[in-house]
Amino acid sequence: MQYEKKKLTRIIATDCGSTTTKAILIEFVDGEYRQTVRGEAPTTVEAPLNDVTRGVLNAVQELEELARLKYNNPNITLIQDAKLVIPRNGDIGSDAYVSTSSAGGGLQMMVTGVVAKMTGESAERAALGAGAIVMDLIASNDQRLDHEKIERIRHLRPDMILMAGHTDNATSNKHVIEMAELVGAADPKPRLGSSYKLPVIYAGTIKAREDIERTLGNKVGLMITENLRPTLERENLGPARDEIHNIFMEHVMQQAPGYNKLMAWTVGPDLKPVPIMPTPAAVGNIMQTIAKQENIEVLGVDIGGATTDVFSVFTDEHIFNRTVSANLGMSYSISNILASAGLDNILRWVPFDIDVKELRNMIKNKMIRPTTIPALFKELVLEQAIAKEALRLAFVQHKEFAVSLKGTQKSSDIAEAFSQSESGDTIVNMLTLDLMVGSGGVLSHAPRRHQTMMMMIDAFLPEGVTKIAVDSIFMMPHLGVLASINEEIATEVFNKDCMVYIGSCVAPVGKIKEGKIALEARIELPDGTVFEEKIPFGELRLIPCPAGSFGKATLKPGRGLDLGAGKNQEITANLIGGGVGIVLDTRGRRPFVIPVEAAERVPRLIKWMKELKAYPQELLN
Amino acid sequence: MAQAYSAGLTVTDNIVLRKDRILPLKGEVLVKKGDRVKANDVVAQTSLPGNVVPFKVANKLGVPAEMLGNFLKIKVGDEIKKGQVIAETKGLFGTGWFKTAVKSPIDGEVESISAATGNAVLREPRIPVQIKAFIDGIVTEVIKDEGVVVENRSAYIQGIFGLAGETTGQIKMLAKSPVDHLDPALITPDCKGKIIVAGALCSLEAIKKAAEVGVNAIISGGVDDEDLKKLLGYDIGVAITGHEKIGVTLVITEGFGPITMAKNTFDLLKRFEGQQASVHGFTQIRAGVMRPEVIIPLPLGEGEQLVAEEAKMSSLEIGSLIRVIRQPNFGEIGRITELPEILTKVESETMVRVLKVKLNNGKEVLTPRANVEVIAE
Repeated sequence: MQYEKKKLTRIIATDCGSTTTKAILIEFVDGEYRQTVRGEAPTTVEAPLNDVTRGVLNAVQELEELARLKYNNPNITLIQDAKLVIPRNGDIGSDAYVSTSSAGGGLQMMVTGVVAKMTGESAERAALGAGAIVMDLIASNDQRLDHEKIERIRHLRPDMILMAGHTDNATSNKHVIEMAELVGAADPKPRLGSSYKLPVIYAGTIKAREDIERTLGNKVGLMITENLRPTLERENLGPARDEIHNIFMEHVMQQAPGYNKLMAWTVGPDLKPVPIMPTPAAVGNIMQTIAKQENIEVLGVDIGGATTDVFSVFTDEHIFNRTVSANLGMSYSISNILASAGLDNILRWVPFDIDVKELRNMIKNKMIRPTTIPALFKELVLEQAIAKEALRLAFVQHKEFAVSLKGTQKSSDIAEAFSQSESGDTIVNMLTLDLMVGSGGVLSHAPRRHQTMMMMIDAFLPEGVTKIAVDSIFMMPHLGVLASINEEIATEVFNKDCMVYIGSCVAPVGKIKEGKIALEARIELPDGTVFEEKIPFGELRLIPCPAGSFGKATLKPGRGLDLGAGKNQEITANLIGGGVGIVLDTRGRRPFVIPVEAAERVPRLIKWMKELKAYPQELLN
Repeated sequence: MAQAYSAGLTVTDNIVLRKDRILPLKGEVLVKKGDRVKANDVVAQTSLPGNVVPFKVANKLGVPAEMLGNFLKIKVGDEIKKGQVIAETKGLFGTGWFKTAVKSPIDGEVESISAATGNAVLREPRIPVQIKAFIDGIVTEVIKDEGVVVENRSAYIQGIFGLAGETTGQIKMLAKSPVDHLDPALITPDCKGKIIVAGALCSLEAIKKAAEVGVNAIISGGVDDEDLKKLLGYDIGVAITGHEKIGVTLVITEGFGPITMAKNTFDLLKRFEGQQASVHGFTQIRAGVMRPEVIIPLPLGEGEQLVAEEAKMSSLEIGSLIRVIRQPNFGEIGRITELPEILTKVESETMVRVLKVKLNNGKEVLTPRANVEVIAE
């Protein structure tokens, strides 16, 4: 529902993340809408509080205190009797409260199959492909007794169950029905015990659908999709994977203890409810709006504590894709980044020696105490190295999802039946991409924007010429949901306070020998100076170019390299400036290689980091 | 902002606890409301149908399937014993010579016999499933056919991370001080069945030794993640634990690495040395967090009412006792001396809200508020 602007002079918006609840105040001041103050507090999803609204109150309390300081007005009041005051009456209260939520965190699933090594493994692959952690695979033939399986389902409290079993031409469907009876006997409840039934996706033989419906229909939130193993030789993971992904994004991830209470709090000026939006839905709306307004291809990312969400708009038809990597995040899921990426991939971004034991303990300590922040330089560098790997892995997953044809089926002979994987042609083309946008704590709150630029370039490896922007203080989710009550205000604040261009990246595609010229660049800068250099392969250059201005560039790739117009073809471009500037990156693409040996790698990393001014120079020595 | 919310784990010498004890399948509840139970008492039980054993009787007997009925000594529903003859031929020309007999491979009962295939389906005896009380206490609620709720008053320690499931045992202090690293040589056979307390660290060697000796649980300030990886054979990606089969339950009270056990935790365990405790390592670090627990039941007076206190939010205030939970000064304990309002730049150049803390080692330092937790006193 859209409200008139004049009814909205002060709005509170929060994003309840898995780790932190972020609140912003949007006010009509001096004839315009601006984001004025910001507060945050840990999300309260652990006993003894176990109520997400306590975190909201704490974050809004910070807003209140900061607003009083900003306007030197001790009468400003947003909370009374542990509730938000709506509507506004002078200094007291606000006109609306809107919120997004991803407080539920990652996705942990159980999967069932008839034969563990066949339908069980296919189900496991579908769940993993959707970014879930598979807590257990229960199969008819797994040797465990029924009560042990039931106990396991109850104890693990999965967010969702995926059931597979039997091919469509199987003569019997007995085992999959028995498995449904077992799931029914476990009577699984959503772990946060709220307003919805535990989602169970049935992707087994089509012949058992009626029996499954009869067995589970009243007990769980049953969804039936195509058989993920229609024949022994064919795996069809796409439909099950997409179903998991959608249910997680739309229903599961926003849930949290106290969620029902929060739902009653989010209201407009007439006290009518404003639905809470899942965080990736809100950010996805913003990304689509950017692409539509500018008529460009956009790649966006929001990296949180439990999940990393990637958004893209590609091709002339503006095809939008949104993926949530449910267990890649910087707090709750940080240890899973280590498990998924491996230690070596993280260490390749670290420009100093570190004791592996110490690093592993640091990561685990962040996992068990997710709200802590890096106070030391070395810990910051390590967290940002881990963030690069989270972003990289989330992007790999996104590319797999963002294919031209959804639900691609793969056929193979029986010998391959045990080791299948999904395939498809991704529509993500980094060479045609116009803009990358970064959001989320580690990107929006990096002490230096240069670090944000470095993390995004290293993780996503933009090609050709790409503009790079960041969500200034992390408010895209807030504005995404704000648009549901007034689009104009959301757009005004977005343009004035939210999206900040930090610069551009120029990166020729291909690999040539070290020392050979990879890029001849001539850039006329707004202050009249001209940058001109033949840059060898394997280097980085940062050319300051202020926000709101452009560098007029003539760029010639080295022999065999491509900037988007074809190999060896020169291009001209207006390179957008920003808080960081223009980065010329000749480290190569497809492949991008970092030396394995520390003796070779570390000096190179230090050189790149110094060039990018990513960290205090003295600390890098 | 004179005060602010801060996370913290519960360590107390007196708390009212409530535990649901539910069967995996419907069955029989063996206790009634108001009963006093011990941790190892069975409060509810059920039995599951035994495993099914298909058995090719006609084939073993060497007769056509359709003729099997002529030779059977059993019928559907009969109880059978292992070795019992269940089918027998009449021997050469019906004389009883060279008879072929087929014996039951299991104890159990006859589920079905197929004249079409000549196979019998035998079922093993029913499998009992029992649920124990886990904690000493009073049954305050009976859930018909499913289980009970047990409540008690306890000394209670919430761990930060754990491995493996429920167990009970007597508390035995192996550490003399909370800074000790557990020496595997101290884990002697008299530790069998006990809950042993380490100080700041227990190594892989110590965990293995404890499992070997038959220790039921280890409570330690810290553990190295590298050791856990070696112990489990995999990296813990997302902290959802409690089902590991490692032979001993592990409760970590402070975190990863060698970290001095908080003095109040150590002192509490010391105070209750020799007493029976209930322990589990179930951990789920995600919304609706579950943490491992050490529960030491306290004696209840006759007719005493158990009233749980309302949950409190710990807050940072001048004088609050806190522990630093991230570098620098990780693991140090001290008292807050100042809560400045302005944002402060720390070494990483991050602008954060800080507090000033006087550490037990005498140093006074600034540390981000996000990097401390309140220790309840």
